[in-house]
Amino acid sequence: MQNSDCILIQGSNFAECHPVGFQWVMEAKRRGATIIHVDPRFTRTSAMADVHAPIRPGTDIAFLGGLIHYILENERYFRDYLLHYTNAAVIVDDGFQDTEDLQGLFSGWNTEGGKAHYDFRTWQYQGVGTVPAAGHKEIYGQALASTGPGGQDIGNIQRDETLASPRCVFRILERHFARYTPEMVEKTCGLSKDLFLKIAEKLCESSGPDRTSALCYSVGWTQHAVGVQIIRAASIVQLLLGNIGRPGGGILALRGHASIQGSTDIPTLFNLLPGYVPMPHAMEAQSLEGYLKTTSSASGWWSEMPKYVVSLLKAWYGQAARADNEWAFAHLPRLTGNHSHLTTIADMAEGRVKGYFVMGENPVVGSTHGALQRKAMRRAEWVVVRDFVLTETAEFWRKGAEYERGELRPEEVQTEVFFFPAAAHSEKDGSFTNAHRLVQWHHKAIEPPGEARSELHFLFHLGRRLKQLYAGSSDPKDRPLLALTWDYPTEGPYDEPSAESIVREINGYTIADGKPVSGYTKLQADGSTASGCWLYSGCYADGVNQLARRKPHWEQSHVAPEWAWAWPDNRRILYNRASADPQGRPWSERKRYVWWDSEKGEWVGKDKPDFIQGRPPSYRPQKEATGLATIAGDDPFIMQADGKGWLYAPSGLLDGPLPTHYEPQESPVANPLYPQQCNPARVEWRRKDNPYHWAFDDPRFPHVLTTYRIAEHHTAGGMSRWQSWLSELSPEMFCEVSAELAAFVGLRNGGWATVRTARGEIEARVLVTERLRPFKLDGRLVHSVGLPYHWGGAGRVRGDAANELLGFVADPNVNIFESKALTCSILPGRLSRGRRAATGRVVGEYAAPPGVQRDLEGVGQLADEPSQKKERWS
Amino acid sequence: MAKGFFTDTSVCIGCKACEVACKQWNQLPDDGFFFTGMSYDNTAHLGASTWRHVAFVERPVPLGGQVTGVGRFSLLLESDVCKHCVRAGCLEACPTGAITRTEFGTVYVQPDVCNGCGYCVPACPFGVIDRRADDGRAWKCTLCYDRLKGGLEPACAKTCPTGSIGFGDTEELRAKAYERLAQVRRAGLKEAWIYGDTAESQPGTEGLHAFFLIVGRPELYNLPSDPVVPTKKAGQSWRAMGLASVGVVAAAVGAVLSHR
Repeated sequence: MQNSDCILIQGSNFAECHPVGFQWVMEAKRRGATIIHVDPRFTRTSAMADVHAPIRPGTDIAFLGGLIHYILENERYFRDYLLHYTNAAVIVDDGFQDTEDLQGLFSGWNTEGGKAHYDFRTWQYQGVGTVPAAGHKEIYGQALASTGPGGQDIGNIQRDETLASPRCVFRILERHFARYTPEMVEKTCGLSKDLFLKIAEKLCESSGPDRTSALCYSVGWTQHAVGVQIIRAASIVQLLLGNIGRPGGGILALRGHASIQGSTDIPTLFNLLPGYVPMPHAMEAQSLEGYLKTTSSASGWWSEMPKYVVSLLKAWYGQAARADNEWAFAHLPRLTGNHSHLTTIADMAEGRVKGYFVMGENPVVGSTHGALQRKAMRRAEWVVVRDFVLTETAEFWRKGAEYERGELRPEEVQTEVFFFPAAAHSEKDGSFTNAHRLVQWHHKAIEPPGEARSELHFLFHLGRRLKQLYAGSSDPKDRPLLALTWDYPTEGPYDEPSAESIVREINGYTIADGKPVSGYTKLQADGSTASGCWLYSGCYADGVNQLARRKPHWEQSHVAPEWAWAWPDNRRILYNRASADPQGRPWSERKRYVWWDSEKGEWVGKDKPDFIQGRPPSYRPQKEATGLATIAGDDPFIMQADGKGWLYAPSGLLDGPLPTHYEPQESPVANPLYPQQCNPARVEWRRKDNPYHWAFDDPRFPHVLTTYRIAEHHTAGGMSRWQSWLSELSPEMFCEVSAELAAFVGLRNGGWATVRTARGEIEARVLVTERLRPFKLDGRLVHSVGLPYHWGGAGRVRGDAANELLGFVADPNVNIFESKALTCSILPGRLSRGRRAATGRVVGEYAAPPGVQRDLEGVGQLADEPSQKKERWS
Repeated sequence: MAKGFFTDTSVCIGCKACEVACKQWNQLPDDGFFFTGMSYDNTAHLGASTWRHVAFVERPVPLGGQVTGVGRFSLLLESDVCKHCVRAGCLEACPTGAITRTEFGTVYVQPDVCNGCGYCVPACPFGVIDRRADDGRAWKCTLCYDRLKGGLEPACAKTCPTGSIGFGDTEELRAKAYERLAQVRRAGLKEAWIYGDTAESQPGTEGLHAFFLIVGRPELYNLPSDPVVPTKKAGQSWRAMGLASVGVVAAAVGAVLSHR
């Protein structure tokens, strides 16, 4: 990042929430980069920026769409990059219709038979189906598979190199974003046209062969019902400007805390196996062959997937994985539907989930809708919490608004609750994977105190005991557990399993001699190799823990290849083939990174080239080619089925091939761009305990609410609210309001306010600040209320949790909840807890604000399908 | 060689890591849990248990070189600390010799000698040194004397993620400060200047071992624009007192004489 010429930070409070990484922004600034911060509030990040642009929460696509429009309208795109490295020239299916044609919907919106959803067939390239590199492979792959995996006909992709055809991606893009004019951005985001144009111009002039710009985001982009599409919009901006795969470019997803990146790579996600390999579905993956047919690709790097799956099965099931039993594929658990966090909690609240392990997480505060989270756990038979302290989640059976109100007594809760003290990072060996895929090792400094143990210890010994418990069982359902390899050596006084032995397993080894493999290109599909995660293969190359390398930066190049290890294959910039032109020469001397050495006949550079080492730029695949042979010498995006960066996504998404501005589920205004108000494919949970507020122009909930973190506390507070040095820095829950809203509502700085949404109400101290200003939208003012979400009912410093106000509504692609934009009301004064306890009133019947009729039924009717209409309050 | 801090407020992100690192290394207690309503600042000021303090200045004035859509506004951030004055008021006021000048040129309170008389407290022109309520002794930043003895840099400087807190030889720091000043001025921050680095610019303290790059008037950051160590005025006070005594005597004599 230090090599950037311009850094656009949007959907992230980089300086406050990622202060250590922010040093590289400051380094870039010192070297002359322009720092732009697009955020509803003026934060400590804005204080460091050259330009701060406030936009209304939930209008990120409108802003980014405006940038795309500006780039196209003024022909500021990087033409050579665009033409060769993206799918700009590809012809799309004749049947495709855009949101321009269909009032804010894409073609394929199917409301007949079952739940309304998109049929994606018309989104494909003309005559060719592509298996997505990420996203919903099982849905797309299944539809495309015939005799083998989808993508066999990739050589038939039609292109128009002149970009003139109205059916080519470039022209579709132009039409789709035609209405995202600077005036529309002003009207939608509440950002002045002048400031918008200044940013657009700065970004464009800082991009090109000689210059690069970076985009940074975090959960300010993801936690929306259109979260994935916001990031898609950013990808389009960066592909148009030629900023991917080049030094100082890219899109940086900043991670909220240590090793969150690691927990997606080797996932704690329900729908992925290690290395972004899809989890098998019960119906579609009856056999290994069927599974590979529907989830791997005939073209691009994912054609290698069978090698990774078989190596994974060998690592997990060892000798029980044989050629004659499909490498024990039947032992893998299967999905029967959506098992995401929100669905699991909603099911648990219905009594359908019996047990719940919570490790290193405090969902009652950190996830959405704390009241529903507690309700769910009360319906579980047992709950296990592992943490440093008794968090709100560990105390769900006795701490919460319902107990304070007297609606429920702890002795009525039937759940069996177990609490295990956890070891801190300094008390165990292990690794952290950070935002830039760098995997760094940490050594144990001391033994954990008392009964505290590492997660590794807990899971290893739990598995060991379970295996003992079922030893001798001949029941076929117990076979996966018994077949699991679980032989990690232990050490120390507490029989701690060796973390390094797990790194060795993840790296992979040849079965015959047990020697570590040097990387994922050595993995095989014939059962001769094992690897716990192909993407991390090479992290224990030569039998050395590569993660523990600590060669200082002054002893190596600025790329620092010998500091720790980065996946994949120690590459520091992904898709870095794009840092050279189609002929393999650097785009410019200033941005030189990886290039083709024609004498050596291979790719060389400052970093490990992210390309097939000896494949010349001039290589072109045969029309019938499959597998790695389909990757042309000028296809930098090797994971993609067609080797190109996707401006337009023909596959993978459930809510459209192009990003489109939809209002959040709860918004005070009507969608200024389309008659369609919200993302039609968003996921809702229609329940009495999860009411929504749909109507816009509603005086009952007139303001926009947004939630966030501040520098002083750590996420849900488990590591900071029990710590006096951190607690004193920000000792109470507060809300941030503008001076205008404070005057309008009657709030006093340092006083109290009550904040309400359709689901609940909380109290908070008031911080009146000029860092927030109301948004001027087409002649009307929209106020916003900012809430940090760190506090809860336990700990040294306490306060109401912001998530009592949030609901269950999610992005369809990744099931993340919408916490960054919803509607609320705010009143001066504290919440009356005693009154309700005395009168015995329950949630939903509480007194309305003066002069306002309020009942939950009026807040949104229950129906089977998400509302697809705009609804004005009446 | 004199050691000190150069705090470059133009890159301070207000993360308060310095406050916490200081408290952790020096094992200082918390200052109580009070919501002040003053921006994000809840520790309010330097004191006996807060030896680094980050000031948050929200002001209705734009910052040179910065554009924002929230109107005429800017947020200034500054990590404040004991200035370790070349001529230190606290040291000169201390009757027990508890406060000493170290071999690093810094000002250090020896807790085992301090008797809690508190003379040092009003003698500090910056309001830095303070007595702790429990035992009455005076406490302030030691510039991590113990770490310096061990060849380490102070905890706050070590932890600062953006290099806002620079530690080193004061001469080198001064050169760096002026280099940085030229750079930020070129970038449009015309109001930036160096606070307290020399005896010429701050005669009342004869210069500071901990100096700052700040923007605008020092009062914005709760720093005095012309701090003067009280003992600096001792000669002047004695002269004034002498003059006053002479005047009183003269008046008395005059009164007697005039009534004759």
